[in-house]
Amino acid sequence: MNSKSLVSIDDISKDEILELIEKAKYFEENPNLKVLDGKVVATLFFEPSTRTRLSFETAVNRLGGRVIGFSDASTSSSAKGETLKDTIKMVSNYADLIVMRHHLEGAARYATEVTDVPIINAGDGSNQHPSQTMLDLYSISKTQGKLNDLTISMVGDLKYGRTVHSLLMAMRYFNPTFNFVACEELQMPAEYKKFCDIHGIRYNEYKDFSPEVINSSDILYMTRVQRERFTDIMEYEKVKNLYTLRNSMLADAKPNLRVLHPLPRINEIDQDVDDNPKAYYFDQARNGLFARQAIICRALGIDPEKK
Amino acid sequence: MSNDKKELAVAALENGTVIDHIPSKALFKVVKLLGLENVDTHLTIGNNLPSKRMGSKGIIKIADVTIPEDIINRIAIIAPGAKVNIIRDFEVVAKRPVELADTLIGVVKCSNPKCITNNEPMRTRFEVVDRDNVTIRCHYCGKTVNSSDARIC
Repeated sequence: MNSKSLVSIDDISKDEILELIEKAKYFEENPNLKVLDGKVVATLFFEPSTRTRLSFETAVNRLGGRVIGFSDASTSSSAKGETLKDTIKMVSNYADLIVMRHHLEGAARYATEVTDVPIINAGDGSNQHPSQTMLDLYSISKTQGKLNDLTISMVGDLKYGRTVHSLLMAMRYFNPTFNFVACEELQMPAEYKKFCDIHGIRYNEYKDFSPEVINSSDILYMTRVQRERFTDIMEYEKVKNLYTLRNSMLADAKPNLRVLHPLPRINEIDQDVDDNPKAYYFDQARNGLFARQAIICRALGIDPEKK
Repeated sequence: MSNDKKELAVAALENGTVIDHIPSKALFKVVKLLGLENVDTHLTIGNNLPSKRMGSKGIIKIADVTIPEDIINRIAIIAPGAKVNIIRDFEVVAKRPVELADTLIGVVKCSNPKCITNNEPMRTRFEVVDRDNVTIRCHYCGKTVNSSDARIC
């Protein structure tokens, strides 16, 4: 694999994570820098994801680079049966960097093996989405002033939610305490609890989204409970409103608590939370732009502060 | 059963390879993995034979063929306790256990239907994450599989 690619948050060290956070901060202060002048970035979205694609493309545009690509596989040659390898090889002739999203797991890792052009994984099925993790880390660091020694409560779908899994793994460097709040069907998988045990990470499991959990947290990381995750639809109907955050529930929360959500949210955060200063999910999405600018510059070996 | 008949059941090899101590359940997977259906020399496959250590075992004798070590080691994923004997002039000239490599390329299929390896013309790659329980992890999608559930490519 070419070393500038970013396929999984596991590929980068603690120092690199901290470096990316520093750079994201720099881009937040200087969002329009023409450091990508003359560079072409391909955004290959084999699976549609408007939010992520717009964020990456805005990042490139604000840095003065150019974007080529497609936003839906049906408009690309993969609809004609072209292999991923051939598409990647073809695009490698044109672009300095490839940002790709694919519905198949492992697609981005494979892409790094067929080209020397750096690859940024913008999501491969339910596997990895490292730029989401970087923006989560940046949001936590920015709102708390640190990453170390925080209590993070993860709520909702902890079984299938790749964002919580990646965040959990990336936080291993920073001595966190986790609260896992989920119904029986959507508990944190055993392999991630084992990961916590191996790395000496403290965690508690709850089925109730209780004041005790909320009031002890520095970060509330909410996720969407999706109907299609349930084998028993009655079970979904029973639990769908148990993990909804309402403004009144934040009354006794710590002053530094912030509510994060990878978005889109449906009903797991009530609209009445939006005006609470602790609601941070829209700013979190904005931080994605700066985190992605940092990731793009790392992939291209560009130091914005030296240009 | 007379001694003559015993010898007939498991004929001695002049030259070739004997793979012994294969778990009975894994025997035909081993046959497939080594591509033995394409061997045209004498081939003896025995299964459900009594074994003091394993209770029941399988054995494969391949005449006049020496299978390269890296190929034969692939069976470690499904038959980690198997022993390989190399025979020359009716004598065992080498005897060793199969060894599980750190990385398995093109040996087993990923059980995740959404894995890229099941959708592109490419070789699979697994890394061994737990030698004691023979657990392997897909290099691409990250799915872990226990060896007993591994499907051969």
